[in-house]
Amino acid sequence: MKALRFTLMALGALSLVAALALAFALHAAHASGWALAVIALTALAAWVYASPRFMAWRYIAPGGLAAALFIVFPMLYTLGISFTNYSGEHLLSYERATDVLLARGQGDGRSMGFTLEPQGGGRVRLHVLSDDGHRYAGAPFTLGDTVRVPLQDEPADAPATPAADLRTLTAQVPALRRITALLPDGAEMRVLSLRRLAVERPAYMREADGSLRATADGARLVADLDEGWWRRADGTPVTPGFRATVGLANYRSIFGESRFYQPFMRVFAWTVAFASLNTLFTFTIGLLLAVALNWPALKGKPGYRIALFLPYAVPAFISIPVFRGLFNENLGEINLVLFQLFGVRPGWFSDATLARSMVVIVNTWLGYPYMMILCMGLIKAIPDELYEASALVGAGPLMNLWRITLPLIGRPMAPLLVASFATNFNNLTLVALLTNGAPDYLDTAVPVGATDLLASYTYRIAFQDSGQHYALACAIATIVFLIVATIALANLRLFKVGKSVR
Amino acid sequence: MSVVTPSNQRWRVIAVHVALLAFITLTMLPLLTILSISLRPGNFAGGSLIPKALTLDHWKLALGISVLGPDGKWEAPPFPVLQWIANSMKVALVSAAVALLLSVTSAYAFARMRFRGKRLTLDALLLLQMFPSVLALVAIYSIFDRIGEWVPWLGLNSHWSLVLAYSGGIAQHVWLIKGYFESLPVELEEAAAVDGATPLVAFVRVLLPLAGPILAVVFVLAFLGAMIEYPIASVLLHEESQLTLAVGSRLFLFNQRYLWGDFAATAILAGLPLTLLFLFTQRWLVSGLSAGAVKG
Repeated sequence: MKALRFTLMALGALSLVAALALAFALHAAHASGWALAVIALTALAAWVYASPRFMAWRYIAPGGLAAALFIVFPMLYTLGISFTNYSGEHLLSYERATDVLLARGQGDGRSMGFTLEPQGGGRVRLHVLSDDGHRYAGAPFTLGDTVRVPLQDEPADAPATPAADLRTLTAQVPALRRITALLPDGAEMRVLSLRRLAVERPAYMREADGSLRATADGARLVADLDEGWWRRADGTPVTPGFRATVGLANYRSIFGESRFYQPFMRVFAWTVAFASLNTLFTFTIGLLLAVALNWPALKGKPGYRIALFLPYAVPAFISIPVFRGLFNENLGEINLVLFQLFGVRPGWFSDATLARSMVVIVNTWLGYPYMMILCMGLIKAIPDELYEASALVGAGPLMNLWRITLPLIGRPMAPLLVASFATNFNNLTLVALLTNGAPDYLDTAVPVGATDLLASYTYRIAFQDSGQHYALACAIATIVFLIVATIALANLRLFKVGKSVR
Repeated sequence: MSVVTPSNQRWRVIAVHVALLAFITLTMLPLLTILSISLRPGNFAGGSLIPKALTLDHWKLALGISVLGPDGKWEAPPFPVLQWIANSMKVALVSAAVALLLSVTSAYAFARMRFRGKRLTLDALLLLQMFPSVLALVAIYSIFDRIGEWVPWLGLNSHWSLVLAYSGGIAQHVWLIKGYFESLPVELEEAAAVDGATPLVAFVRVLLPLAGPILAVVFVLAFLGAMIEYPIASVLLHEESQLTLAVGSRLFLFNQRYLWGDFAATAILAGLPLTLLFLFTQRWLVSGLSAGAVKG
């Protein structure tokens, strides 16, 4: 037991050191906000583990921290991003975008020949020969480092030195690109080809008032912090843009601009329809099967049970692509059979209604066993006497279902049905692997299809074909969050009602 | 058991059998078709569902063995399937271990200790479970992109980033273990406490040895959960050699490169062990899914 205590204490000390090192690294990387957060968190953890008042929280803290960091924080971060313009065009922070501009060079048309003189041990010496016969040389440096090499005048009659051949240089192109040579007059040179350096000037200089000046034409660039661009006087933006807080602009786009509002509403309507239909179908089939399997007169139940449960046991990332292949319009087995039997080849991926039917069919196949298992458990709890009594008055199976089974399992099932609705509301995996939204609408600004759910819509906006609109995706995700949160809170109530009744 | 048996009982039983068998046939067909496709030469639908000729080419390709094509050229495996399986196993095993470590201590506190905010924390856990991580994908991507700038082995395209991202989803496991702990008699730990054991000692020496079954179940559940997870993995992993099976399996069926037969073999190779594991743990799986309803 001593050993355990010792291990835990050592682990604690180690995490403390690691956390402080992390904070320091963050601070060094100019992310002081994050460094502060890490220190605050570490202090909190130290307090929890030092004070006997928080005995229980010592046990909860690791799991709680993981849930907070990787579930709660991403949610809040999503909300935060939704108020920015974070996207493919505005990927970098203000500082990084400015650094990119300041580091950008601009050739002024002049270039000079150069050779590298190997000095042994990976070190080389740079020799430069201008077209008018001037010779320069720099101090030796290690090839591969990012270096600035100041050049000195070299007498024109200095002895010729052995130079690295072209093959060696070709192999070292990435290393060559890291070299900046400085002429005595301050002009910078970077590698233009394997034999020549181009004279470059920085394309932009920082002015005293914080603006930038383009060295080529003297134009002044001002940072537009509201929209995340460095702009010229006439308003033209200079790439790359930077992240900026844009307030509710993304939400205004979604609800105000018809090119975003139209597809959003279509996708929303289909998402609700899909989740409802799916809950209805899986529950109906699951209930009927459960009733059948609970029928005492039926033999061979264990076998049926396994066979009926099987679709749920196959991993979805396998079964969904299986259906994608089976439903393939030209090459799939389903259309092969349909063609041989009826002479038709339905367009499962090109016709909106058929595609939607396919999505519902596949998801019903995936989901009915779960409902079946839940219903079986609940039906088992119904006393047999009720069914005997109903048999005495001559009630049939349908009457039993409507009057006894459904009312009795309805209440405990309600929260589970709502949970199923909420899960399918966000069934990204199904759509991403089955149709990827196909067929796409032709009349929308962002690519979106008839089978896209809100979750897959945001996924496509952010990560696929339409240019990394991260912030817009986050805004939509936030709206869906609100919907799901409402459902989840309502459901927590249902859970409690269900519990207090039983 | 029913005392009253209607006269047409026999016919009804037969009708139900027929209906069930028909339904099962319908649901099993896709799976059987896949088996046939994996053994059929070529990557396109032939004229019939039962293959006329059998070949193991797709299976060899799935196992990383090159095969001699009909045109006399050697055909290399299209994707590193075994590498993907190894990646998935690595991520899933580590995630399962992490999930177990994180959830078992929390479950102990929830099951055995009284403290302020317990009810609230449990409710919060239940709520968190209902929030789908797919809605935070952009944030998760961005967070790990940022982390990668400082710590490359924890950034995008690394398996550790995936393990970290999965480590938050422990609510279901906490509920499951908590329920099991509550079903164990508290007297043993009380006796240990009388003998001077601290809560930590009582937990490690008394409770943990009794909790073997539930720990195994949670480990398997977390393992399966990580094996089949698609959205987060698809966002964090891009390099072909780093992909997990769940992300890689979608690369087979593009219209430009339609590898139906190869996919079928891979699907069975990868899907069958997971399916068996699922069937094996299904009782626990379902009770875990509805944990909030049946426990507490």
